[in-house]
Amino acid sequence: MVQKKSKSSVAERQQEVVNSLKKLGTDIYDQLDQGVFPTINMPSRSTENINYDPVTRQYILGERVVSRSARNIRHVKPFTQLAWAAMFSNELTTKKKTSTLRDVYYSAQAYEMTFTDQQESNNIITDLETVTGFSREDFHIFPEERSAIFGDLTIGYTVPGYEGKQLNLTSHPDGVLIGPALTTSEFINTKANKVIAIEKGALFTRFIEENVHNKHNALLISCGGQAPRQTRSFIRRLQKELNLPVYIFTDGDPWGMHIAQVIISGSANAAHLRDLNTPDAVWSGVWASDIVEYKLPTDPLDEVDIKRLYELAKDPRYQNDPLWQREIKMFLKIKKKAEQEAFSRYGLTYIVDEYLPNKLEGKPKSS
Amino acid sequence: MAQTFEEISASDFFYRNRDIAGFTNPSRAIFVAIREIVENSLDAAESQKIPPEIFIRLSFESEATKDTQIYKLHVEDNGCGIPPRFIPSAFGQILYGSKYKLKQTRGTFGLGGKMSLLYGQVTTHQAATITSSTGDTNKIYQFKLMIDIQRNRPIIIDRKVLINKDGWRGTIVEFSLEGDYLRAMPKILEYFKQTAMVNPYANLTFVDPKGRLYKFTRVTTIMPEPPKETLPHPYGVDVELLQRLIAITECTNMTDFLRRHFHRVGEITAQKFLEFSGLTPSKNPKKLAHEEIVKLTQNLKKFKDFLPPDASCLSPLGEELLRAGITKELNPEYLVVHQRKPSTYGGHPFIVEMGIAYGGGVPKTGSFVIYRFANRIPLLYDEASDVSFRVIGSMNWRRYKVSPDMPIAIVVHLCSTKVPYKTVGKEFLADRAEIRREIANELREVARQLGHFLTRQEHVDREKKRISIFSKYLPRIAQFAAILAQRERIPDIEKLLKSVQKYGAEEE
Repeated sequence: MVQKKSKSSVAERQQEVVNSLKKLGTDIYDQLDQGVFPTINMPSRSTENINYDPVTRQYILGERVVSRSARNIRHVKPFTQLAWAAMFSNELTTKKKTSTLRDVYYSAQAYEMTFTDQQESNNIITDLETVTGFSREDFHIFPEERSAIFGDLTIGYTVPGYEGKQLNLTSHPDGVLIGPALTTSEFINTKANKVIAIEKGALFTRFIEENVHNKHNALLISCGGQAPRQTRSFIRRLQKELNLPVYIFTDGDPWGMHIAQVIISGSANAAHLRDLNTPDAVWSGVWASDIVEYKLPTDPLDEVDIKRLYELAKDPRYQNDPLWQREIKMFLKIKKKAEQEAFSRYGLTYIVDEYLPNKLEGKPKSS
Repeated sequence: MAQTFEEISASDFFYRNRDIAGFTNPSRAIFVAIREIVENSLDAAESQKIPPEIFIRLSFESEATKDTQIYKLHVEDNGCGIPPRFIPSAFGQILYGSKYKLKQTRGTFGLGGKMSLLYGQVTTHQAATITSSTGDTNKIYQFKLMIDIQRNRPIIIDRKVLINKDGWRGTIVEFSLEGDYLRAMPKILEYFKQTAMVNPYANLTFVDPKGRLYKFTRVTTIMPEPPKETLPHPYGVDVELLQRLIAITECTNMTDFLRRHFHRVGEITAQKFLEFSGLTPSKNPKKLAHEEIVKLTQNLKKFKDFLPPDASCLSPLGEELLRAGITKELNPEYLVVHQRKPSTYGGHPFIVEMGIAYGGGVPKTGSFVIYRFANRIPLLYDEASDVSFRVIGSMNWRRYKVSPDMPIAIVVHLCSTKVPYKTVGKEFLADRAEIRREIANELREVARQLGHFLTRQEHVDREKKRISIFSKYLPRIAQFAAILAQRERIPDIEKLLKSVQKYGAEEE
């Protein structure tokens, strides 16, 4: 697996992607040319080979390597699909076109490389990520779901037709989609001194209306539930390249807690990839202890919630910060959960005027 | 009230009980009538080893009731013909016939053909016309006949002698009957198809009331050896038969009597048997007391050392003809045929022949298609009651890689001097242990061969699939790799494809 340091320059990274695809093609080509069945090696993504790495503070793949050989009747089709996906990605990257996972599924049919279903084509793209060590967004393949950003950040586009054009991310009051054009842009400048990532779109809109970006000098990001990979990688860039602290606000339940955790430590599904997580980001709430402290209206935890809490308690990602275990214990103790909207019982602006400042400063509730 | 007793004749009996001969309803009746006459024709040709040439025409005459019509049935064959003096009795007297000897025949009782005429007569009140010539005279005899049902005697209405200019030989039977052809049609057509299957040396032509022509053409002129007449086997003898034999015998001692009148009994066997049953060899059979006859019958069944009946009185189709017949009618992708060695039940010899056909023209119905035959007659009714149906159903097919959803047809042919029908209507075989065993063994034999074929087929298919997968994908890998590597030349993959073909099977 190719290990890479994080690079700021978008163009440079694109060159690396193209080179790695070319290298993959050349490897296959040379093997065929020598009259042998080509083989591709890649780290195994089986659960036994996914380990938590305390240094990078994310899941990574272990030593185990799987070999895919065109000699094997069961491998030859996925092998061909992988070669096709590499070729297709190469075309996207060099021509600076973007595509979606759904698009990949249909494009394959033009080459008579029909995938059985969407899942099969998604798996092949994941294989390609594993082989090259780049994420699909690097190959210009994006998922359907989008999240948004709002705040004082000026970016410079690199997408064809917009090269050199700049945009300030306060230009549109609904926020700006975190899509291919944005994630491939260069950061020009910002006055913000922090990033606030919010689980739900409704609260993101509320924050903009309440002028949170000015009051707290923040860039606001709507995750739209579990943050898409491009959003996670974008948050990481904001943190690494602009040195901005990242605060995450989610619902006060095990699921919200885990949304924050995936931004911080990454997911097991993406263990073959680097540079998607932001280890220094902070989960600011809603904590189980906030529920108690702010006397929020609650719902009882159901069986699935409780089962999930026990799972999370054992998860290695929840071991490095005592906060996690403390909050898991608190959830299990009070057996209650609360949504971000629960603050509305104290008025529409309470969350912005009282709760948020306290949490950003790491203070308990001001009495 | 005084009870009256009266004797009824055989024809009267069947007139009153025509259900037991198969004339249950108008649709069944027309089917049975055609079948009986056609079978007589086949027998007439086969007995002389003449490849049968049979023309059947059923024509509409008039409406009868709401659901039935009057039809005229015309059946013409090229068989041996009937000498004129026998014609009236052969067609106008029930239970009169040439089939009371011990050899394999289609009919059993000399009943079917006459029953058909009788049925025609009672439903239409018209005379039947029989035209026949044995070919060795220059005359053709034509009789118009009716049956005196109460007396079981033929009534000759008219008799003509025609000049046989072209040396014609054969028999034409023509009579009217009531029936429901529309409803009977599927069975009748099925009957012809199946008859063609086990008589591949016969030409059958059928013209139906709508004028549609169905032609079943022979694929061979080779015919099975006709059966030889045989003596009764000791195991199959009852008191009545023994008494009749004693009545007609000219032998004056028991040894000669046994040797002369029983199948496969020689000097030594006869002596051993007489010792076994405590009879003096010199005893005159005509002097046997009634109790002694009963005792003798019992001993004949008990004695273990009689040789089994030989099969010269049977005329199985043989593997070659069975293959030809099945191929002709079903045109399967794969076919196994096999014939068992002769066996016996209750003193009656029998032979089981079987064919199992796979794919090609064999339809996929979700269950096995079963073709049952007895003495070359298709059995079309009551399949589920038949012994072969049960044997097939209880077989462990998975052992042979066979499942009922495959297109498979099973052809079972039983030949015997006495087919164990459950009814007079020749519909299904009774469950006799000996016959069941032979059918089961035969079924295993053909199923085993089919299983081998299917396994082989599976290998070939898998190999074909393998090669097709590699030839589909390898060129693309080469193409995509060349584009990625930015090379003009696409690498040569012929060698790789060849190696897959060569060593492919070993890798799995």
